[in-house]
Amino acid sequence: MTTSPADIAVIGAGPAGLAAAAAARGRGARVALLDSAGRPGGQYWRHRDGHNPIPASLRQDILAGHAVWHVEVEADGFVLHTTAGEVRARTVIVATGAYDRQLPFPGWTLPGVFTAGGAQAMLKGHGVPVGDRVVVAGTGPFLLPVAAALRHRVTGVFEAGSPLGFARHPLAVARNPGKLVEGARYLRALHGHRIPFHTRTAVVAAHGDDRVHAVTVARLDRNRRPVSEREIECDAVAVGYGFTPQLELPLQLGCDTRLDADGSLVATADEWQRASVPGVYLAGEVCGVGGAQLSVVEGAIAGAHAAGARPRRSLLRKRAALRAFAAAMHDTYRVGAGRPADDTIVCRCEEVTVREVRESVVDLGATDPRGVKLLARPGMGLCQGRVCGYATACLVAEACGRPVTAADLRGLAARPIAAPVTLGNLAEGVEDA
Amino acid sequence: MDVLVIGAGMVGAACAYHCAAAGLRVTVLDRGGVATGTTSGGEGNILVSDKEPGPELDLALLSVRRWRILGERIGADRLELEHKGGVVVARSAPALAGLADLTGRQRACGVDAVDVTAGDLPALEPNLTRDVTGGAHYPQDMQVQPMLAAAALLRAARDLGATVHTGTEVRGFLFGRDGAVTGVRAGSGDRAAGWVVNAAGTWGGEVADLAGAPLPVLPRKGFVLVTEPLPRVIRHKVYTADYVAGVASDDAGLETSVVVEGTRAGTVLIGASRERVGFDRRMSLPVIRELAAQAIGLFPFLADVTLLRTYLGFRPYCPDHLPVIGPDPRVPGLVHACGHEGAGIGLSAATGHLIAQTLTGATPDLDLAPFRPERFAA
Amino acid sequence: MTTFSFDGEEVTAEPGQSVGAALLAAGYRSWRTTRHGGAPRGLFCGIGVCFDCLVVVNGRPGLRACLTEVRDGDVVSSQEGAGRDHLAC
Repeated sequence: MTTSPADIAVIGAGPAGLAAAAAARGRGARVALLDSAGRPGGQYWRHRDGHNPIPASLRQDILAGHAVWHVEVEADGFVLHTTAGEVRARTVIVATGAYDRQLPFPGWTLPGVFTAGGAQAMLKGHGVPVGDRVVVAGTGPFLLPVAAALRHRVTGVFEAGSPLGFARHPLAVARNPGKLVEGARYLRALHGHRIPFHTRTAVVAAHGDDRVHAVTVARLDRNRRPVSEREIECDAVAVGYGFTPQLELPLQLGCDTRLDADGSLVATADEWQRASVPGVYLAGEVCGVGGAQLSVVEGAIAGAHAAGARPRRSLLRKRAALRAFAAAMHDTYRVGAGRPADDTIVCRCEEVTVREVRESVVDLGATDPRGVKLLARPGMGLCQGRVCGYATACLVAEACGRPVTAADLRGLAARPIAAPVTLGNLAEGVEDA
Repeated sequence: MDVLVIGAGMVGAACAYHCAAAGLRVTVLDRGGVATGTTSGGEGNILVSDKEPGPELDLALLSVRRWRILGERIGADRLELEHKGGVVVARSAPALAGLADLTGRQRACGVDAVDVTAGDLPALEPNLTRDVTGGAHYPQDMQVQPMLAAAALLRAARDLGATVHTGTEVRGFLFGRDGAVTGVRAGSGDRAAGWVVNAAGTWGGEVADLAGAPLPVLPRKGFVLVTEPLPRVIRHKVYTADYVAGVASDDAGLETSVVVEGTRAGTVLIGASRERVGFDRRMSLPVIRELAAQAIGLFPFLADVTLLRTYLGFRPYCPDHLPVIGPDPRVPGLVHACGHEGAGIGLSAATGHLIAQTLTGATPDLDLAPFRPERFAA
Repeated sequence: MTTFSFDGEEVTAEPGQSVGAALLAAGYRSWRTTRHGGAPRGLFCGIGVCFDCLVVVNGRPGLRACLTEVRDGDVVSSQEGAGRDHLAC
């Protein structure tokens, strides 16, 4: 399927992508809005049949079910190779979002342990709660809407950090009064459903044979070491330690990346949301995790500028305020590497343990995560390190006695094939050529 | 006498291990990590089947014997060394005639090459296409996990007293009054050595330049496709008879002749493209598509199998497609072990063994004359 | 309502639901065993990132249950290992 190139291809129809597409279209650009899902909205605007958050003006531009597996740079634009054919565009806006970041703990591979976003997707996208006695755990403000949505089914929320950390950032909070209101609303909802909210507490183990039936939670001391433990019965766990941006496409395109304040690898954007590669824009979590509101603002800036217009100054001010809040959030909900026991599985796909990762460093002389990946196979399985990449980088850096670097994360984030494609589909392209 | 090996890849690891085992004091330097350069882009081929009679085949036959010994000493499991054998498939009458001629000449050199009829190929490879004219079975061909093997050999060398310094780049050579090499200038300071072994793989030419003894080692780009994990679906290293022609080709353009094999991890590896385009790290979809199509031609079930990732490597080649092995008479004390093209993993065991023999004054098992460094001098 | 079979049992789903969501709603937690440890796995990320919820749908293995929409009459079965044992040799 090769048609005439669009002016702008927006990849990802979440908050950032939709805002970018709307802004670009509003300025007369011909837009193709690609999304891997059958129904757009991204992970944030989930909607079941009958509820469509997509503005009518954009519906004709949406290419649903188009998972981009590779981007090629050509002289006059880009070729997006998708699971539903090729799309050509002169400019690309990458708005591929993020997914839950995970820190391994014993038992996290048991059925019934979900990512926080997974629990939310099941409930909001499919109307299915993940359990009747759900433990919500991890760190960050996202745990609150997950728990609030599951309501009486939540046994407790266990936040490894402490929201009191926001007190260290009074200015950032003052510039974003809406965020405080939002947080207070969720906390009231938890209170209304009598859901206990524990801070400085983490799930350190999940128990069960073929499904989870209990977790061990522990109070954390100042150094994030577990000090007092207790077991809690549950039939599901929803866990997330912040988010990992989806950087496959920016990395394929050769965009510059950096280590953000939350420890994630993000693509570098300039004041107009331009990436370091000409013709490429970035919007939303790919250039720094900051939530849906920030994504919308960045999308609007990127879309307008990509369409040749000057983004409104008010957008730039809003972005500055929201970024200040994001920075305060990252500082408040700091994520440590954790210290999982040696027999804890790090890589769920290849079933690689913490011990094997450490031995690759100590016995075999690996000095970075890429080397460990080649020796012990964490990140070599079907998910290609999407789930274990961050934790592997942390464990390797710790074993090497140094902090995690952007290069460490890049070594596990580069994926020349960004979505599953069969060899048969690939080979079909030979006849076209 | 102290030996300093530049390069912690497969060839450097084999040199370090054999030298340490021979009683030499060994230091290994690498500007990157263990096996993260040329070796990390390889497939792990230990092949006699793809070589025409000549010095490289003799080296490969020695290497197959040395790999067996390494497997026994270090543990085949720790190297993921598999004596799986190779199967070469001909898909036309001329290709089969050419293959039969090659196996005959290879047998005369000591290769175990068995001609196989089209009817007997399914017994060797049940999932192979039935659209074949015939083939050959090479029981001596082996496979190894290159990064693991290099790391395990370096580990074994360390146990024998060798030291390994990664993240340490060699920036120059130190010379005595007589012009002989006395050590190197490295990122971490000067290091004295009686012998310096250039095992820098694709960057062997740059190291040789630093020593003032130029070598024409050039990069040849090659892609490898990795599928989703599968049960054991392919038993041998399987490739088409065209592969042999491709390996020896001087064509500068793109060539693809597919090699398909299973791995212990369950993934199927699909190689091997050849492009002489310098150090260009960009992904090339036309090459990937061509390899996929050729692999499906050999194993039709692969059409439904998912591609997990691709990787690329730079094979260090010399104009005559032979490696450079042995002391450099132009610079006493400098010894080369590089330029093995796409066969460095396979040829590393013999290379390390021969270097150790040379440095200890023993008579090498093989005449090194065809691999001498000064052969390129105009 | 949509009806499909899972390992021979009849399961109902709401239109538009994924195989994974429908199985979860029906009380199933796992439908795959791992290649090395034979450990049970089911949904984890729920959004197509982790590849843990692999399932066989109408004979095709390796599909992500969280992304695969249920269709009426689908024959769904659990997946052991790579799900392609018929090719093993």
